[in-house]
Amino acid sequence: MSLTNRTKVVSQKRMSFLERLYLPAIFVGMGITLKHTFMKKATIRYPEVKRPFSDIYRGRHVLKRDEQGRERCTACGLCALACPAEAITMISAERKPGEEHLYREEKYAIVYEINMLRCIYCGLCESACPKEAIFLTQKIVDSEYHREGFIYGKDKLLEPVDKDKRIDVSKRQTPEVLNFKKLPNEKHNI
Amino acid sequence: MLILVFKIVLIAVILGLSLLIAMYATLVERKFAGFIQDRLGPDRAGKWGILQPVADGVKLFFKEEYMPNAADKFLYILGPSLTMLVALLTSAVIPWGGSVTLAGKEYTLQVASSSVDILYIFAVVSMGVYGIMIGGWASNNKYALMGAVRASSQMISYELAMGLSMASVILMSGSLSMHDIVAHQQSHLWNIVYQPLAFIIFFTCALAETNRAPFDLPECEAELIGGYHTEYSAMKLGFYLFAEYINMFVSSAIMSTLFFGGYTLPFADKLHLAPNLITLLGTAFLFVKIFLFMLLFMWVRWTLPRFRYDQLMKLGWTILLPLALLNLIITGVITLL
Ligand code: SF4
Ligand code: SF4
Repeated sequence: MSLTNRTKVVSQKRMSFLERLYLPAIFVGMGITLKHTFMKKATIRYPEVKRPFSDIYRGRHVLKRDEQGRERCTACGLCALACPAEAITMISAERKPGEEHLYREEKYAIVYEINMLRCIYCGLCESACPKEAIFLTQKIVDSEYHREGFIYGKDKLLEPVDKDKRIDVSKRQTPEVLNFKKLPNEKHNI
Repeated sequence: MLILVFKIVLIAVILGLSLLIAMYATLVERKFAGFIQDRLGPDRAGKWGILQPVADGVKLFFKEEYMPNAADKFLYILGPSLTMLVALLTSAVIPWGGSVTLAGKEYTLQVASSSVDILYIFAVVSMGVYGIMIGGWASNNKYALMGAVRASSQMISYELAMGLSMASVILMSGSLSMHDIVAHQQSHLWNIVYQPLAFIIFFTCALAETNRAPFDLPECEAELIGGYHTEYSAMKLGFYLFAEYINMFVSSAIMSTLFFGGYTLPFADKLHLAPNLITLLGTAFLFVKIFLFMLLFMWVRWTLPRFRYDQLMKLGWTILLPLALLNLIITGVITLL
């Protein structure tokens, strides 16, 4: 009985004279390579031409701001806790009076760092965040000459205040995701 | 006096041309390899990668000049220099065209014409292995030594069959001079028509002599890292790699001359053109053939996998050599009759 229809009977018969000449086989091979010479190339000229990314591609992170341009993150540390690679570090600080236009919550992250070399782009930080503050984007982490450069601080992670320059993550926030984030039986929603 | 000036100019032109062609052969090879493998090949430096060879050259110049501690300094430098020298020497006797008439004097487009051109080619080509041998020995590295040993035994094995297949061509034209062989092909048909077997043997041996896949065992990166040039860097390595392409160019020229009519233009006498123009066209025609052969070299390289060493030896001694002998005997009998 065969499990697949791809079984092939291998034979080790002696090669015929024609086969031992090799020349016919060589010509066949050269025909194949010649055919490939004129075939469509698989190369994509990367920086100029980019492959379409999936809408929910998990690339480098962005720290979101709310409608009024305030940082959403409240330094709860859930993302760091969820992170399997332990890539996230943060130091929290209390919001001073007069800083309400900068931070949405009373507590905020004064330092927020992601080590892009440790990160495995699993997106667990994104699902853990109760404040919709961190998202992964379709952007790719740039290459660097030194490891230090891969530790992204708030300067690189935070999205710009300017409304036009905000990073659109609406594609990732499907109603299902938003609902999930409100489920009462998920720990982080309590 | 004038002849001296003419020869010097010719030498300069041929030297420049072989260097230029070898330079761009690297690009064409990489492009062609890319196409065969459904890639595009280098296309970043300039349009279609036109500047790629320049970039490669600059890179090789600026690489660290490394010399192993235990290397024999003199031989270590002699190796690549000799390889380069020998590669360039062969082109001296190749007739690049008929004769041009300048100011009432006739000059042949051949740097040095003698009655024993082919012997000269053989002598020089056999010297080619010394560069590899010396380089491999001097680097004091087991991989390099192994590559060198392989290179020398490969050369010896394939030179025999190569010589015998060439001998049948010589038998047909009855002369060792390249000009006579070309002239013979002009009055008869191209030698490839009479000597297809000799051509196949010669081509196979030429692949082996230029150390190109499927016979690139001396450098065979899968087993020997880089073979004889493992310990070489910077421009010394560049010389080795460059010499390979020059060798390829020269062997293509020899093959075009011996088997494919050389610089002769078919139907030249029916064209009614000025003799100088016909000479030029003939030279252009020769170069077209040379380029086609170089493409064939590359095509073979990117199609066939490398031979195993025992297969290589077996092919050389038990197949090519007897075949070449047989071919020689048959040719001899036919020319006698
Ligand atoms: S994507 Fe995954 S690995 Fe990267 S920071 Fe978020 S939780 Fe950690
Ligand atoms: S889970 Fe969200 S709110 Fe909490 S620290 Fe991480 S990014 Fe900030």
